[in-house]
Amino acid sequence: MNDKVIVCEELTKQFGDFVAVNHISFDVRKGEIFGFLGANGAGKTTAMRILCGLSYPTSGKATVAGFDVYKQQESIKKNIGYMSQKFSLYENLTVVENIEFFGGVYGLSSAEIRRRSDRLVNKLGLAPEAKKLVGSLPLGWKQKLAFSVAIFHDPQIVFLDEPTGGVDPITRRQFWDMIYEAAAAGITVFVTTHYMDEAEYCNRITVMVDGKVEALDTPGNLKARFRAASMDEVFYQLARGAKRSAD
Amino acid sequence: MRMLRFILKKEFRQIFRDKTILAMMLVMPTVQLIILPLAMNFDVKNVNVAVVDNDHSSWSQQLINKIGASGYFRIVAAAPSFREALEYIEREQADVVLEIPPGFERNLVREGEQHIGVSVDAINGTKAALGGSYLLTVIADFNQHIRLNERGKPVPGKGVNIGITYSNWYNPLAEYRFYVVPAVMVLLLTLIAGFLSALNIVREKEMGTIEQINVTPIKKWQFILGKLIPFWVVGMVVFTLALTVERVVYGIWPVGSFALLYLFAAVYLVALLGFGLLVSTYTDSQLQAMFVAFFFVMIFMLMSGLFTAVDSMPGWAQDIAALTPVTHFVKVVRMIVLKGSTFADVQKEFLYLVAFAVVLNSWAIWNYRKTS
Repeated sequence: MNDKVIVCEELTKQFGDFVAVNHISFDVRKGEIFGFLGANGAGKTTAMRILCGLSYPTSGKATVAGFDVYKQQESIKKNIGYMSQKFSLYENLTVVENIEFFGGVYGLSSAEIRRRSDRLVNKLGLAPEAKKLVGSLPLGWKQKLAFSVAIFHDPQIVFLDEPTGGVDPITRRQFWDMIYEAAAAGITVFVTTHYMDEAEYCNRITVMVDGKVEALDTPGNLKARFRAASMDEVFYQLARGAKRSAD
Repeated sequence: MRMLRFILKKEFRQIFRDKTILAMMLVMPTVQLIILPLAMNFDVKNVNVAVVDNDHSSWSQQLINKIGASGYFRIVAAAPSFREALEYIEREQADVVLEIPPGFERNLVREGEQHIGVSVDAINGTKAALGGSYLLTVIADFNQHIRLNERGKPVPGKGVNIGITYSNWYNPLAEYRFYVVPAVMVLLLTLIAGFLSALNIVREKEMGTIEQINVTPIKKWQFILGKLIPFWVVGMVVFTLALTVERVVYGIWPVGSFALLYLFAAVYLVALLGFGLLVSTYTDSQLQAMFVAFFFVMIFMLMSGLFTAVDSMPGWAQDIAALTPVTHFVKVVRMIVLKGSTFADVQKEFLYLVAFAVVLNSWAIWNYRKTS
């Protein structure tokens, strides 16, 4: 039981008559890369926002890092990193200033921030841009920076909401290398995407259709079960019946 | 506390990064304080008078000269009839028509009494009322003068004359600038603090950065305080600049204590920034925040006694006025600057402002939701 860092039971979120997340249940194990797949509007982001403590569920149970999503959101927030769909570092601050701010907010000491910041900037090859405003960086670099900031404080879990949207294939590949590195360092990765090639990189995946979990398994098992050659086909078979239009 | 330090560092960096906004925050109020009081001159001057002199006597000429020489009036036309004089008012070339009837001098000498007609364009109420009453004062003075000089002695039995001597306390020359300049200073401080804070949190909502903040362990009060303190510092700098302009341009030097003035400004800014942040937590876009802030700032400006006396408002309006922090602050600023009031005189207002500061900021913290 102890290796389950996220536990969801019958989790539901309703906006008026609209059931965005419909009684979903799943567990995420420590250190795994957990993929959350679904078409636009399937409820991925809503579910993720509940798990991050940004949104109250309507019913059901869920714990993240052992903390309850109804009452202990602030404790959850100390233990997770989050990268939203919309780029959300400060564009009018420099690379280093953004790192310093978020590091400080998570309680790292100034010396620790400086040490990690230098290492990170060098690793990303951003040393010449360290004092440039984040707004002036190309999208691919912004995304890599945003991910690095999200795991800067060594969280137990990092939530990534469509982290590679609009990014070129080479950068996407590099991005996934970074995800693997984080997972190898013991950080559980919870990632939503609608790129099926990315789904193949995950240890286990969940396919959400119209707010419900339609399938949950390893990519290999899913392909076998649906007699499909690729995840693309699996997804197509599952999502074909979707009623919700894209948002 | 460490967390707050990082937040403040970030907020100050963002303020100083945008040099245009920074310059606007400091230059605009200064320029406005130099320009606006000149425009908000409550002294009525240059009242245009069209004269219809049907008498053409030496006395009627004397009266016209006296009016022209008073400094408040410009004789713009001498019309042959009242109807033609009225056309000057219709064309907005004249504000007042003075009609001197035929036999003006004769009747005054023989009967000691003569009515003359004054017609005022009342579209501009203030100018009409004040211009009209100035004109009556000049005529009354002329009246007194001819009684003494032409008749040799005051006319007895026509009612006793009560001479009135005015003395204007706290503003000896009754100069409008002593009334208006402190008000404009308060107005500018209100605009800067109210709008900047109202637009700030909502800007983070628009940019999406608030989401990243909400997913961190930052506490709500730390976030609000992190927004409040930098603008408070800016506000105090603007206040200091405004006091400097008052001194240099208008020669106004507070009679009362500077420390007391700053104490009030400090509390007032906290209250007003709380208002702005509250607006920011309720709105979703900068446009919405702008409209809401504008709605309230208009009420603050027109109901707070900045330009009109709260005492002359109807009861319900006075109640609303008491519910805006601006009312109390502008009152205190005038009292300290012009009258030299001490803390004992203004402690009630101090408590009001502290209450506003506490309520508005607590409300903003309460309404800011990290989890929706």
